[in-house]
Amino acid sequence: MTSNSNVANMRRLVEQLKLEASLERIKVSQAAAELQQYCHQNAAKDALLVGVPAGSNPFREPRSCNLF
Amino acid sequence: TCEYNYVLSCISCEPRVLSLQNILSLILFLLPASALTTGIYMIFSTKPEMATQEVQPNETLTNLKAESDTLKTKLEDERAKLHDVELHQVAEKVDGLGQFIMKTRRTLKGHGNKVLCMDWCKDKRRIVSSSQDGKVIVWDAFTTNKEHAVTMPCTWVMACAYAPSGCAVACGGLDNKCSVYPLSLDKNENLAAKKKSVAMHTNYLSACSFTNSDMQILTSSGDGTCALWDVESGQLLQSFHGHAADVLCLDLAPSETGNTFVSGGCDKKANVWDMRSGQCIQSFETHESDINSVRYYPSGDAFASGSDDATCRLYDLRADREVAIYSKESIIFGASSVDFSLSGRLLFGGYNDYTINVWDVLKGTRVSILFGHENRVSTLRLSPDGTAFCSGSWDHTLRIWA
Repeated sequence: MTSNSNVANMRRLVEQLKLEASLERIKVSQAAAELQQYCHQNAAKDALLVGVPAGSNPFREPRSCNLF
Repeated sequence: TCEYNYVLSCISCEPRVLSLQNILSLILFLLPASALTTGIYMIFSTKPEMATQEVQPNETLTNLKAESDTLKTKLEDERAKLHDVELHQVAEKVDGLGQFIMKTRRTLKGHGNKVLCMDWCKDKRRIVSSSQDGKVIVWDAFTTNKEHAVTMPCTWVMACAYAPSGCAVACGGLDNKCSVYPLSLDKNENLAAKKKSVAMHTNYLSACSFTNSDMQILTSSGDGTCALWDVESGQLLQSFHGHAADVLCLDLAPSETGNTFVSGGCDKKANVWDMRSGQCIQSFETHESDINSVRYYPSGDAFASGSDDATCRLYDLRADREVAIYSKESIIFGASSVDFSLSGRLLFGGYNDYTINVWDVLKGTRVSILFGHENRVSTLRLSPDGTAFCSGSWDHTLRIWA
């Protein structure tokens, strides 16, 4: 009895592997270049990367006002 | 369809004692079709007759095993063929990152026990967090005030999520359920009264997330499955089978990239799923221990994972392989949670050695260590606009870093 469910499991595994094997892939060099490009394009907007003026980040303490 | 509706009613009803028949129906419903056929034969017949096959089971099994081994080798070969360079080699020409000054800007105190999970509201200031003692708290992170608090009927609330509208939160844990609480503007209103049970698993709830709307929730569970639910009716819309052990985490692809999500589990695998069909599209197994956290790269083309094997890894979906490992010999404790900065250049990892390590995603090097928590970091998420990130810890507090 258990051998039948093993067969069923194996069938499913084979089907799954066929699906994964048929995937269209690109080269790592190309994928890496695109990841790098994305980082570069969005770096300016990344507050934690480039920092923003203290006043505009709501979590950083605002500068105290000097009254003369 | 009768069976289907009956089973759905079992799943969506509020706590009721499940009879053996209910449980049987639930099991039968949740098993994939082929296993279901064999399952029915196993349970209900004294002498199993496989009408569909006349070949000896052993022979078929051997053939299938051979075929699966061939396919696995083919898969490895295909992936290896495209492995022409390492990510950090491509990134050699990129400017290095300077010194980072990130400090704790707010500390949210109020939980009576370990903080297990947190999520940001889209308004970039509210946060929901859940803890071991069953408390779920909604905070205003700017002022550190608590806006709402709910006590769940169970301990270890391992998952919580904010609805996209900001009008509700979902949470769950050892109760095996995911419940949605609409948030009321009236602070005195008893939130627990309006609670709605949405998801029902057969083991603990490890993670939950609303999809693009308040209408659907995706859950992952210790029962080894993920599931998509309709919030209003509590109906199971799709279930995802493929993990061989507890599923610990999930993350939805950024909305521009379509209907997929990634999950990580105790079987050391990270699986990418098609939400509509329930199919596992891609699977990655390079970690050496449980995967505690998965998070998509902001472009949706890759995802990072954090594991008990003390490493974080980056997997590219189009190259279909791991492209970076973030590790150091001095880091020996597991990574519990990971998230990217807005541009994807930085990867923040919360670890069980109480620290947060900040990694340069492209170069593979560590750029900063953040100290402050006095116990394990259990959860970590970037704010919606990327100006800060929040970490939750077993030291009962949450910290906002910027």
